Amino acid sequence: MNIHAIKAIYRFEMARTGRTLFQSIVSPVISTSLYFVVFGAAIGSRIAEVDGVSYGAFIVPGLIMLSLLTQSVSNASFGIYFPRFTGTIYEVLSAPVSYLEIVIAYVGAAATKAIIVGLIILATAALFVPLEIQHPGWMLLFLLLTAVTFSLLGFIIGIWADNFEKLQFVPMLIITPLAFLGGSFYSISMLPPFWQKVTLFNPVVYLISGFRWSFYGQADVGVGVSLAMTLLFLGLCLAVIWWIFRTGYRLKS
Amino acid sequence: MAPILSISDLSKTYDTGFQALKTVSLEIEKGEIFALLGPNGAGKTTLISIVCGIVNASSGTVTVDGNDIVRDYRAARSLIGLVPQELTTDAFESVWATVSFSRGLFGKPKAPEIVEKVLRDLSLWDKKDSKLVTLSGGMKRRVLIAKALAHEPRVLFLDEPTAGVDVELRRDMWRVIRELRDTGVTIILTTHYIEEAEEMADRVGVINKGEIVLVEEKAELMRKLGRKQLALHLAVPLAAVPDGLSAHNLELSDDGEELIYTYDTTGERTGITTLLQDLNATGIRFRDLQTRQSSLEEIFVNLVRTPS
Repeated sequence: MNIHAIKAIYRFEMARTGRTLFQSIVSPVISTSLYFVVFGAAIGSRIAEVDGVSYGAFIVPGLIMLSLLTQSVSNASFGIYFPRFTGTIYEVLSAPVSYLEIVIAYVGAAATKAIIVGLIILATAALFVPLEIQHPGWMLLFLLLTAVTFSLLGFIIGIWADNFEKLQFVPMLIITPLAFLGGSFYSISMLPPFWQKVTLFNPVVYLISGFRWSFYGQADVGVGVSLAMTLLFLGLCLAVIWWIFRTGYRLKS
Repeated sequence: MAPILSISDLSKTYDTGFQALKTVSLEIEKGEIFALLGPNGAGKTTLISIVCGIVNASSGTVTVDGNDIVRDYRAARSLIGLVPQELTTDAFESVWATVSFSRGLFGKPKAPEIVEKVLRDLSLWDKKDSKLVTLSGGMKRRVLIAKALAHEPRVLFLDEPTAGVDVELRRDMWRVIRELRDTGVTIILTTHYIEEAEEMADRVGVINKGEIVLVEEKAELMRKLGRKQLALHLAVPLAAVPDGLSAHNLELSDDGEELIYTYDTTGERTGITTLLQDLNATGIRFRDLQTRQSSLEEIFVNLVRTPS
């Protein structure tokens, strides 16, 4: 294992976060605070409790998930797309690093950044609403698995994209709608029966449900199902990345 | 001595159907400077890219110090440093950070003293904290060389190393390359500048349309293919080459003041003695004479013009 290479890429990616601190860290905190002001304080006070949890507290896991998904995807996709765009990818391709090491480094850095943002949002949320975390171990596990899975997805998007528009396309037009419709702001039990069934095809439902269960002990679907679906999606992303490196898709001529 | 780089029957056809390399075989000796010459699109960069792992070969094998570039890619690649043709650098990294990054990427532990030496050797030390975006093109080229040297490679590929570099910097870079060779690093450079190959190389390879047309010791190449010319500056201009000299295949300059005789230095007889006797017999007097040898550029142009 080329540990030095993993460290070098990881540090490089984390240094990029340091240089773009406002965009990377401050901006999601501000937008999340705005969600709390609007949904938690202004509108939330007029909404009844959901499953015995105040609406402001209910949306915390969903909001963290929303940021975690978009941050993971955008960090990882940009991390691998930018060297392809500028041409500096030649160095990584010519280095004695395995595909696994490249993925660990880029995805590890993207996931780390997303988790940091997630934890900052959690801390920010604690300023607005009383929080309880019934299963902190599970909470961290879902946080980690989701960040890694969606960083892998971001890595795939960063390799697939051949322009900046495509780079933005998936996060904006797929991830964000799926997160909004995946129960970030409501319990799917609030939906009519037909839409409850349709919603189950949205993979984000399982992530948010499992994550919310780790906070309040209640979920739209069983926590085992949530975990299994997360792992399934993780395996799917790994399979696609394995294929990318095996064929050299968009990386090697 | 076993070659440090061995390329056998390497071919590459891109998805577009363009065949960039046609069964290329080449061996590079340890410690030499090898110049690969060829016109645009000849396959130089494709060849380098395959050896360095950036492009997959269609067929054939490459070994670096006995390590197959596919099977033993870690060992093979850790021996190679690559300076690409394009000035591709990160914009906001410092010189120090980017060179240190390259060292780590190639699996070497941190060694500030080695990074410092590389930067000093390339006259980059006073720029070590500068952001890459603030550097000139020539300085960026040096940074790319520093990045390629950071992991102490045994083989260094320089793809058009002095393209767009001013004369002073180019000579400076030649000095750096020679110093590297003196430390035992094998250097393979592609270039459009014939002067560069003539100045630097121990051996020269010419690639054209995906095929190696020739590989030769530079001095031997110059000797073998180098035509020599004898120019005679006439005392009285001529309107045409006199019939008495027609056997010598002479050329007359447009102003009629110079007779040019081309001969082969490797031939048993150059024909110069007979020519001078015949000139004397026909009463042609000359004021001065000089000889000149073909440059590598002329040799190169002749080679790539010839249908292969």
